[in-house]
Amino acid sequence: MQNTDIKLTISSSPHLRTSEGTSSIMLDVIIALIPALAVSMYIFGIQALIVTAVSVIFSVFFEWAYRKLLHKSKTIGDFSAIVTGILLAYCLPVSTPLWIIVVGDFFAIVIVKQLFGGIGQNFVNPALAARAFLFSYPVVMSTWVKPLSYTSFLDTNMTDAVTGATPLASLSNSVLPEGINLMQAFFGQIGGSMGEISAFALILGGIYLIIRRVITPRIPLAYLLTVAVLTFIFPRGNNNLIWMAWNLFSGGVMLGAIFMATDYATSPITPVGQIIYGIGCGLLTVFIRYFGSYPEGTSYAILLMNICVWLIDKATMPRRFGYTREMKQAEKAKLKSEKAAAKEANA
Amino acid sequence: MSRKFFGGVHPFEGKSLTENCPIQVLPAPEQVLIPVVLHIGAPCEPVVNVGDHVNLGQLIAKATAAVAADIHSSVSGTVAAIEPRLHANGKMVQTIVIDNDMQDTIDESVVPHTAEVEADPKALTEIVRKAGIVGMGGAAFPTAVKITSGLGKVDNIIINAAECEPYITADHRIMLEQPEEVLEGVRMLTKLFELPYATFVVENNKKAAINKLREFVKDDNGDIRIKVHKTLYPQGAEKQLIQSVTKRQVPPGGLPADVGCVVFNDYTCWAINRAVKTGMPAIDRVVSVTGPGIKNPGNYRVRVGTPVRKLIEAAGGLTDNAQKVLMGGPMMGIAIYDLDVPVVKGTNCILVLTDKENRSVAEPNCIRCGRCVAACPMKLMPGTIYHYERAKDIAMLQKLHVTDCIECGCCTFICAGRLDITQSIKMAKAQVNALRAKK
Repeated sequence: MQNTDIKLTISSSPHLRTSEGTSSIMLDVIIALIPALAVSMYIFGIQALIVTAVSVIFSVFFEWAYRKLLHKSKTIGDFSAIVTGILLAYCLPVSTPLWIIVVGDFFAIVIVKQLFGGIGQNFVNPALAARAFLFSYPVVMSTWVKPLSYTSFLDTNMTDAVTGATPLASLSNSVLPEGINLMQAFFGQIGGSMGEISAFALILGGIYLIIRRVITPRIPLAYLLTVAVLTFIFPRGNNNLIWMAWNLFSGGVMLGAIFMATDYATSPITPVGQIIYGIGCGLLTVFIRYFGSYPEGTSYAILLMNICVWLIDKATMPRRFGYTREMKQAEKAKLKSEKAAAKEANA
Repeated sequence: MSRKFFGGVHPFEGKSLTENCPIQVLPAPEQVLIPVVLHIGAPCEPVVNVGDHVNLGQLIAKATAAVAADIHSSVSGTVAAIEPRLHANGKMVQTIVIDNDMQDTIDESVVPHTAEVEADPKALTEIVRKAGIVGMGGAAFPTAVKITSGLGKVDNIIINAAECEPYITADHRIMLEQPEEVLEGVRMLTKLFELPYATFVVENNKKAAINKLREFVKDDNGDIRIKVHKTLYPQGAEKQLIQSVTKRQVPPGGLPADVGCVVFNDYTCWAINRAVKTGMPAIDRVVSVTGPGIKNPGNYRVRVGTPVRKLIEAAGGLTDNAQKVLMGGPMMGIAIYDLDVPVVKGTNCILVLTDKENRSVAEPNCIRCGRCVAACPMKLMPGTIYHYERAKDIAMLQKLHVTDCIECGCCTFICAGRLDITQSIKMAKAQVNALRAKK
């Protein structure tokens, strides 16, 4: 017979795999983040693109350099460093000096991600952890360029940019922002971090991710609904609905709910766990916004929930196939009686 | 038509390669290799000696244990040897080697039992036992044992024609070409269990077979009720099929009979019908020889004991980029490394995959996407089991109910990080079972 000397491979079943892998998933996330970048460039000019590009380049560089220096396998091909780079840029003000961004990239990629073993091993979101770290430069981190204030689109000089308050700042004083309407806020004509301004662009990206089945709606919906319900019930003296809408469309909550809280490595893997985690993020966000001294609570809320993920996963193990309530009760009763018997034996 | 069981995945179906290829009869080879293990369970005891002349259909190895099925000669000829040979499962197994005399002299024990079954449907169990019929869907559990364990306990008889594994079209072709024989077998089983009807489940990717069956089953409330389910792997797994038909869940460690169900493969029904009508035991079966690594894919009626090499030759041989030869489907099949291993009763497919299908990577990495949890039809946490298996934490593996796993392969299939999760779980199961056996 022909091909008799062919070399056959053997392995354990199954022998098929889906085409979707880490890199295709990350690519989808990158695509989903593009609308937000487009809006950001429109609002803040070319500097938005420069900040993002620098962040991506240095994220990838640090990932490559770390793995190279420690003689580990090359992982920049999975595109996860690009996602981290974009996300870090998105949660910084557009006026952030580039060297600070490089410091942030180093912290995100080397300290938070690679030191714990690389992709999937980090227990907090690298971009958010880096953002928290960069608050060592508080002035830089709370200087907000006024939307559409650039003289020329290609203007990259941020030192004399016009600055203004963000809607969140007035929200934290229980006052609705003045001078802009909700529609403008929804499409992104507000001050804030680069990528968080346009709820519309972020929702567009989120819908893309859900259609592509990269994420399930569980975490974003649980998160946003919790924020919506809490702000609706406690409007701090304003119209319930309008107050709720301002809280959803301003600040980082949309970016956080859709792109940060859904980060695989730092969110629960069980369906019930994902809902609990989303609700937790929403509660903490509103608590920090209402009672904290800093107007925004999204990043800290997610970071705090990140460190609870192991516990949530453990507590929300799916009920195994064929296991009924009666069996559970019988097992509990058996354990109890065993314990009692052991106690008696000891006594 | 809705999704009715937990989890599941939808791999590339690949059935178009052979679904339109009529079943061709592959001439019996000059020599057949019949291992004494053709089923799940204990090995059989050979009842012939080297040098004996055997006829087609003659009993050559007898079941001595409770879970086993008799083995019959698939050709007429002379027993050349009884010695350990390589089995598809990778072990050396006592094998009866028969030189074919090309006469196909039928043994005198092969006589029709139609009258007996008509007089008493209960006689069927014994006929099935003597014909050595096993679950022909691939698992090869002795059918007579299944019947006895279910008799009197079940109120639901389900015929599994889902054929949910990609590429395989053996069941599809038998339903299309010999629907009456399949349905007749189903009726015999229904009568045996004294039930009003049997539920016949087909996946909706087998339109031709469904239409054919509907020609013979006109009455939706008759003794056979055809149910078309949406194609989703592992639809044809016993527990999942029971769940999607009856909404009942077989308890952990339990049997289908515990929830009043019994499941038979459609090809098993065909084999039962033949054993009754002609007396011919399970000596051959339809095998799909298919996959991107085969030159001319097709469906063949093959004698049990035919070396896999003969099937591949009949289908035009391997392509140059062939990489893996599987016995069974791509999700649960066994990769074989020696093409001289014989076809057994449960072999429904010889699948050849090329390097293009191989998406494994050198350094797999869990990204915690949770897709394995969503895909697991048994509601386990496959990724978590993977990590604890690597840490050899057996206590934790037990807590994660690793022995519930049905090894369907959904978790490895869906894994974005390209982990071999199913393989890890299989090893974990072996460790947990070994520990239990010690206790």
